Amino acid sequence: MAVRPTYDIFIIGGGAVGCAVARELSRYRLSVALAEAAPDVAAGASGRNSAVIHAGFNNRPGSLMAKLCVQGSQGFPALCRELDVPYKITGKLLVAFDQADLATLRRLKDQGDRNGCRGLALLSRDQLRAKLPQVGGIGAMESPCTGVFDPFQYTVALAENAKANGVDFYLSHPVTAIKKGPEVFTITAGVRTFTARRVVNCAGLHSADVSALAGVEGYRIYPCRGEYFILDKTDVLPMPVYPAPKKGAGGLGVHLTPTIHGNLILGPSAEYIDDPEDTASTRPVMDQLFREACQLLPGLERKQIIGAYCGVRPKQAPPGEGGYWDFVIKEETRCPGLINLIGIESPGLTASVPIARMVTEIIGRTMDLVPNPTFDGRRTGIRRFRDRTPAEQAALIAADPDYGEVICRCQTVTKAELRQAIENPLGVKTLAGIKYRAWATTGRCSGGYCLPKIAQMLTEEYGLAPEEVTYRGPGSPLFTGRVK
Amino acid sequence: MERYDVAIIGGGPGGLAAARGAREAGAERVLVLERDGRTGGILNQCIHDGFGLVRYKAMLTGPEYALRARAEADEVGAEVLTGAMVTGLTPERTITAVTRAGLMEVQAGAVVLATGCRERTRGAIAIPGTRPAGVFTAGAAQNLINTKNLMVGRRVVVLGSGDIGLIMARRLTLEGAKVLCVAEMRPAPGGLERNIRQCLYDFDIPLYLQTTVTNILGRKRVEGVELSAVDEAGVPIPGTRRTVDCDTLLLSVGLIPENEIGALAGVELDPVTNGTVTDGFLQTSVPGVFSCGNCRKVMDLADFVTVQGLAAGYNAGAWVQGKDLKPMPAETSNAMAKGLPQPGVLTCVLCPKGCRVTIGPDGTTDGNQCPKGEAYALQEVKAPARVLTTTVKRVDGTLLPVKTSKAVPRENLTEYARRLRNVTVPDAPLSYGAVVLTDPFGVGADVVAAK
Repeated sequence: MAVRPTYDIFIIGGGAVGCAVARELSRYRLSVALAEAAPDVAAGASGRNSAVIHAGFNNRPGSLMAKLCVQGSQGFPALCRELDVPYKITGKLLVAFDQADLATLRRLKDQGDRNGCRGLALLSRDQLRAKLPQVGGIGAMESPCTGVFDPFQYTVALAENAKANGVDFYLSHPVTAIKKGPEVFTITAGVRTFTARRVVNCAGLHSADVSALAGVEGYRIYPCRGEYFILDKTDVLPMPVYPAPKKGAGGLGVHLTPTIHGNLILGPSAEYIDDPEDTASTRPVMDQLFREACQLLPGLERKQIIGAYCGVRPKQAPPGEGGYWDFVIKEETRCPGLINLIGIESPGLTASVPIARMVTEIIGRTMDLVPNPTFDGRRTGIRRFRDRTPAEQAALIAADPDYGEVICRCQTVTKAELRQAIENPLGVKTLAGIKYRAWATTGRCSGGYCLPKIAQMLTEEYGLAPEEVTYRGPGSPLFTGRVK
Repeated sequence: MERYDVAIIGGGPGGLAAARGAREAGAERVLVLERDGRTGGILNQCIHDGFGLVRYKAMLTGPEYALRARAEADEVGAEVLTGAMVTGLTPERTITAVTRAGLMEVQAGAVVLATGCRERTRGAIAIPGTRPAGVFTAGAAQNLINTKNLMVGRRVVVLGSGDIGLIMARRLTLEGAKVLCVAEMRPAPGGLERNIRQCLYDFDIPLYLQTTVTNILGRKRVEGVELSAVDEAGVPIPGTRRTVDCDTLLLSVGLIPENEIGALAGVELDPVTNGTVTDGFLQTSVPGVFSCGNCRKVMDLADFVTVQGLAAGYNAGAWVQGKDLKPMPAETSNAMAKGLPQPGVLTCVLCPKGCRVTIGPDGTTDGNQCPKGEAYALQEVKAPARVLTTTVKRVDGTLLPVKTSKAVPRENLTEYARRLRNVTVPDAPLSYGAVVLTDPFGVGADVVAAK
């Protein structure tokens, strides 16, 4: 096998943080690789969360979480525009149901003000009713700068832009060994062996394991599962509505969040589990989610539910203690050249680019960072048909008749968009990858209508054998073959 | 902006019949907008027989019924536009449709909603567990197997005993899969008695009543499902769960009228069923907008949809002209046998009625509503026979629905279907009813094109 040149930087983990690090580093004349265990980016917590741009009032003043979240929040709109990622600054309400909650809200407002969050305001019961009469509770805090976005598209956009600026992506390359030599690290990932001068550990739920592979023990990640329901499209809520957080909980409490795509999601639960890959939904939690959500928004009906999903938080705070330990972002003195990012849970998505800048700054202490003159931070995503004016839609169809063929009826996704999703720059051909990029199959019929059409496109127009059409890569085939 | 007297949204049996009805009422320009590349809707994937008894007094497969329904619309001069996805409808009956030729606006004098229904999903019934590949709604699996030549699995559990689930249990068996069981949460099966008989009993597929899936196992592909007994309220009974190893879960857990288009115009929907609310003339709450078939109320038979489509179309056509509307036909009562087949009683499978036939000591039959039932019953005790419906592959890999020209021995159905999997027929279109294979099994039955 030909000897691969040594990379300057080897990033482990293709979540939002890993991809943001890749993109930030592509601003400089560095050779950068990113290895991801899954067949696509955003396969872990980055793609399984509430999809909220947090303002930054939940975190302790002076913490990295607070500082980087506020920075991230304030830079998010411009970032999303540059990367062509859908987002909306909706504002958010935290609702109190008793006096203790009201005290919590006063504390959070004070904390948020100190963190530099803009525009936080406490609302009386009447002000809450006037703002959102459909919501329960006796008072609230409003955060006008909170927003919602599509975290999958966001991560994909970071990755695509990083790739366009020269980063090499190695998907389906789980890292199994890291050896520190005198000059370089030797990394085994999938069937390949790489050498690199620096290793950036963005492995999320597996960050402690990756650190241990490099010989740096002592970190521990406690997986904490959050279950969600997805409701059919509704305009019942214009902004996320959260309960006042409870002390010691693993998360922010079951909340209601309108998505950028017009659905409503409710969740998450917070349950410490043993297996970081266990994203199964469970009956008791599903029932609990619905009960708690009904407290926030009386009148919810189970028949509005169209789906469920789970994410797992990479928490450092152990069970029993709950709450949040601050992000660890540092070069290990025990292993120079290894930059560890440990415990990047919420608000890691919002903070992803500031985290990446901090990583860049750390690398800059020991490496010369020369600007890459060809760097271009703009990225264009799939040209969407839905939500455009009739004139724009007509122009799209005139330029490409595939825009005139609606494949996904629930989300109005056309064949042209599916083509762009299938031909994505990262080369991902899984159904999940196509789904999250094009947003097909995500609606109320769960792909009952469009899945057969997409499968037909993949097998007849893109030459995949039926067995090669997978949901999430090897081991997850959708079909056993041809019928005959 | 194109102007039509009556525009019909949906080109399945209801919409095609509405087109005919509108023309019969005297409407000049009548247009059917169909999103798919061909008319017929879900009928195209329903390659089994049992269609047409009411409307055509014939036993047809779904594709055959679709052809006739289309011919009846063409015959009276209705226009049909396929590949047109309606995305807009106003209370003033302006329709927006997306087509490969561009955005199309239609101003309709009257509108008929014939948008059908969709299947309830795993998400809608919130089955706990992982989210691997291998969970399909029965209708999606039917589409994949019968029209896309894609096999969905090898070891299958079916949840829900609706007709599509039962039909698919048989279909998968005929195509070589092992259907391990059908689980039904309620105390009685949802589908027709005839389908319990000919889709499950004929193939020894167990039916577990008051049983549901309480967990889905497997990270990447389904590896098993957990079944639990449920009480009268449908709540799982602790201690009853057992795991079944399978690679596929098929869901046949109900149909929901599809009315997102009607809702755009403000058509009132039933809060429980999601069906359109209509008056006795099949008119919705929006004047000039009529509704028929499964988007109004899910029906057991395509034939009933056709009857209602004719009436809705007629009234739409009459409304435009200021003529008197006709009261809608009586809601077809549930004349078809449902429930578990009774011991000692034969369920005639020749038509959806499913007459319960007994044979007396003197050899005379009782319970059959037509002479065919007698012949069926006498044959059934002697040597059970069924018409085989399946597909054969064309050279280009697409599938042609076929059926045997007469009933063949029941015990050989799986073997015959297996043999037909190795048959390839030319791409050249075979006319409907054309003999594809002459007596391939040596039992005097030809295999004929059923499309």
